[in-house]
Amino acid sequence: MTDGAVTAGIGDQIEAEAANRAIDERAYGFWIYLMSDAIIFALLLATFAVMSHSTADGPSSHALFRLSHAFAKTMLLLASSTTFGFASVAIAAEQCRRTLAWLSVTFLFGLGFIAMEISEFHAMAVAGAGPWRSGFLSALFTLNGTYGAHVSVGLILIVVLGCEVARRGLNPFVVSRLRRLGLFWHFLDIVWIAIFSIVYLPGLI
Amino acid sequence: MAPQRRTNVTPKPYLIGVVLALVLTVIPFGVVASRALPPKQIFVVIGAAAIVQIVVHLRFFLHLELKPSSPNQRIALCFAVVLLMLAGGTLWIMFNLHDRTM
Repeated sequence: MTDGAVTAGIGDQIEAEAANRAIDERAYGFWIYLMSDAIIFALLLATFAVMSHSTADGPSSHALFRLSHAFAKTMLLLASSTTFGFASVAIAAEQCRRTLAWLSVTFLFGLGFIAMEISEFHAMAVAGAGPWRSGFLSALFTLNGTYGAHVSVGLILIVVLGCEVARRGLNPFVVSRLRRLGLFWHFLDIVWIAIFSIVYLPGLI
Repeated sequence: MAPQRRTNVTPKPYLIGVVLALVLTVIPFGVVASRALPPKQIFVVIGAAAIVQIVVHLRFFLHLELKPSSPNQRIALCFAVVLLMLAGGTLWIMFNLHDRTM
């Protein structure tokens, strides 16, 4: 009886260790995905840098960018990254409701960013400054479109994992998925630093 | 695994990170808005603030601790080299071509 209990205990421990290792391996694989994504963004940014003066007598960055708009988008992303951090704290403390609350706040900040992005690019396209106008605008729309798609996928994942937390609570599988989503979300904020430093600020000097 | 969990438990790293990130965002935006410096120096300020802010994000939001000889560091280094080769090489070739054809 006691022998059985002891071996069961060791079996559980081995199983828990294997589960932890599997989670670590997934996080590692996710890092490799993030690095490959970083290469995509680096190349789109390099393409933009090459094209930034190829306006084909169309509108230039000075006419199109507004510093306050870029600053507001930066603040929304920074706020969402921070609130996702607070969600991670709540997850570690195993507080289901606080996790959901911070994930909702993160979602709203991210949604605000996407709304600003769509309104900005819609206004540009309506004013005749769409991606067809010049090499500069093609590069700008490609870069920001790719970025917006990433943020949108992040928002969908926040909703999906939020529903999973609400339905099943913070079980180890959801926690491990949320941790990788956190990596993705913080990574996107880092990419945005590169975008505002290479696209928006130099375009307004 | 265990130490990583512990760093996630307190909101402190996120608060430090957001304050530093805020300062490092306001500096370049402020410099561009005020036009207080010549363009070349503005570029230097933007570049320096961006690099420091990326390090702040990696350290305080992604909890990336690069100890020497850890596999994380080697992977990060490999990708940094690939990234620099791709992006730097693109810029080099394209601007060289631009200079030759203009």
